[in-house]
Amino acid sequence: MSDALERVWRDEWGRLLALLVAQTRRLDLAEDALADAFERAARTWPEAGVPHNPPAWLMTAAKRRVLDRLRAEAVAAKKQPLLAVEESARSAESDDLLRLVLLAAHPALSEEAGAALTLRLVLGISTADIARLFLVPEPTMAARLTRARKKVVAAGVPLAIPDDDVLPERLETVARVAYLAFTAGYAPGSGTDVVRAELAGEAIRLIRLVRATGHRAANSPTLTALLALMLLQHARRDARVGADGALVLLPAQDRDTWHHDEITEGLELLGRLTGWGCGSRYTSSAALPRHSTGADNGVVLERALAAEYVLQALIAAEHARAPTAADTDWLTIADYYRQLEELTGSPVVRLNRAVAVAEAGDLAHGLALLDGLDDRLPHTHRLPAVRGELLARAARHTEAAAAYELAIERCANDPEREQLQARRDALDVS
Amino acid sequence: MTKYLILLAGREGEWNDADPADRERWHQEHITFGREVGSAILGGEALDSADTATTLRRRSGTAELTDGPFAETAEHLGGFYLVEADNLDQVVKWCELLPEIYSIEIRPCIQIEGLDDPTPRSSAPPLRSSADTSRGPRTSE
Repeated sequence: MSDALERVWRDEWGRLLALLVAQTRRLDLAEDALADAFERAARTWPEAGVPHNPPAWLMTAAKRRVLDRLRAEAVAAKKQPLLAVEESARSAESDDLLRLVLLAAHPALSEEAGAALTLRLVLGISTADIARLFLVPEPTMAARLTRARKKVVAAGVPLAIPDDDVLPERLETVARVAYLAFTAGYAPGSGTDVVRAELAGEAIRLIRLVRATGHRAANSPTLTALLALMLLQHARRDARVGADGALVLLPAQDRDTWHHDEITEGLELLGRLTGWGCGSRYTSSAALPRHSTGADNGVVLERALAAEYVLQALIAAEHARAPTAADTDWLTIADYYRQLEELTGSPVVRLNRAVAVAEAGDLAHGLALLDGLDDRLPHTHRLPAVRGELLARAARHTEAAAAYELAIERCANDPEREQLQARRDALDVS
Repeated sequence: MTKYLILLAGREGEWNDADPADRERWHQEHITFGREVGSAILGGEALDSADTATTLRRRSGTAELTDGPFAETAEHLGGFYLVEADNLDQVVKWCELLPEIYSIEIRPCIQIEGLDDPTPRSSAPPLRSSADTSRGPRTSE
């Protein structure tokens, strides 16, 4: 794809598709026609030159294609089901993209299906790339997308912006779907895959597009917090992979290769939500469970999901602002994890909290926090691996060895298992 | 407009075993649903308990009757509404008026060629009269 076409694809795909869908009420047809129009552009623009108004050119080409297909269907007398399109969606243009996002990331779909459909419809990402992101074979992803499109049309998911009483909840679904796509790019697969990390960045683009719609609800604290969180995590992508292609964990990462512009933007967004960086500390504990931040600027996060993203972003921010791993403020991070555990009750958060507490110097408390987690995390190797590490630091070598052995048994990832084995062998066990 | 079947499932006997005050509240919620949805309700009934169901399966020419519903589950179908709506969001909004005790399945109906109007005709008994708003489905009583 040429630069000009690539730019139109990145900026305009979602908006053009939203318009086509509103006009034709045919999801399948609109999507195919727009893809065809982009293919034609890729063929003809290099010779004929980039048209004066590229989006308009693409729209005209796509509409022509839709008409061809409708004529062919009329001949074949096949009647296709129509999408539910709100009356106003056919005239008002400003919220087109947001409507399409709310349709694709609808709670009537599973989050996995919603994430795939949103990447396809709103961002125009190819089925092959979406399959790669979610680590499934391409035919599996194609089938998942087909099923999702069919469900949306048959169930009557509307191309509409819901009422104000429902909209915040629906934007939370958008946030969940985006974050699912983001984390999928960082989920351990067969080795490290740089392309998947880049695809994770598309979730950031999605939230940017939603915020750029200018709809008053599109700048909700939930989406702002999520954008900050993803930027702060994604900024570390290049440091995650070593020269040998192996995964590099946070303490060993070369911090010069972090994307500091993205970190700055993430911190700035976070600052707007919490007053972080203005000399104040974020404490939500006093006001839980109303999830108000209690920060100086008085921003109140009334929704639990926003508070959850803010706390995760604050943890990422503490890592991001430490010049070296040794400078990390573990005491503050441990406190954020405590708040996050109160909010979510998640055993994985408690495990991370135990690590932070131990790193902050309180080994006994860290170990105590691991008690009672075994029933709730019966399969992960991370729990016994952390316990082994903390016991080894406490010089309880025999118990540490037993914990490491359980971790080695559960670990499915080869390099990680070798590391665990090395730690186990280094212990002084008679 | 699409027709949607709203299936109300719940724990068998929950309605009958509940406090009279709860029953009255749930009853009122059905009445509110009936008032809000109005003429978009095409039909609806409360069903007798699942142990009164008979299931008919036909394979290779033989009809086999089984005592009981399709599937033995913790929740059983207790009633249904048939409504007409523009889209799913509208139906979900209406369903939020109904008692919390139900798991509610919302199914779009499809149109079948040659059967223009699959709704009951005049030969079928009226499912609901406007004068009798209390006649919605509840669970079996």
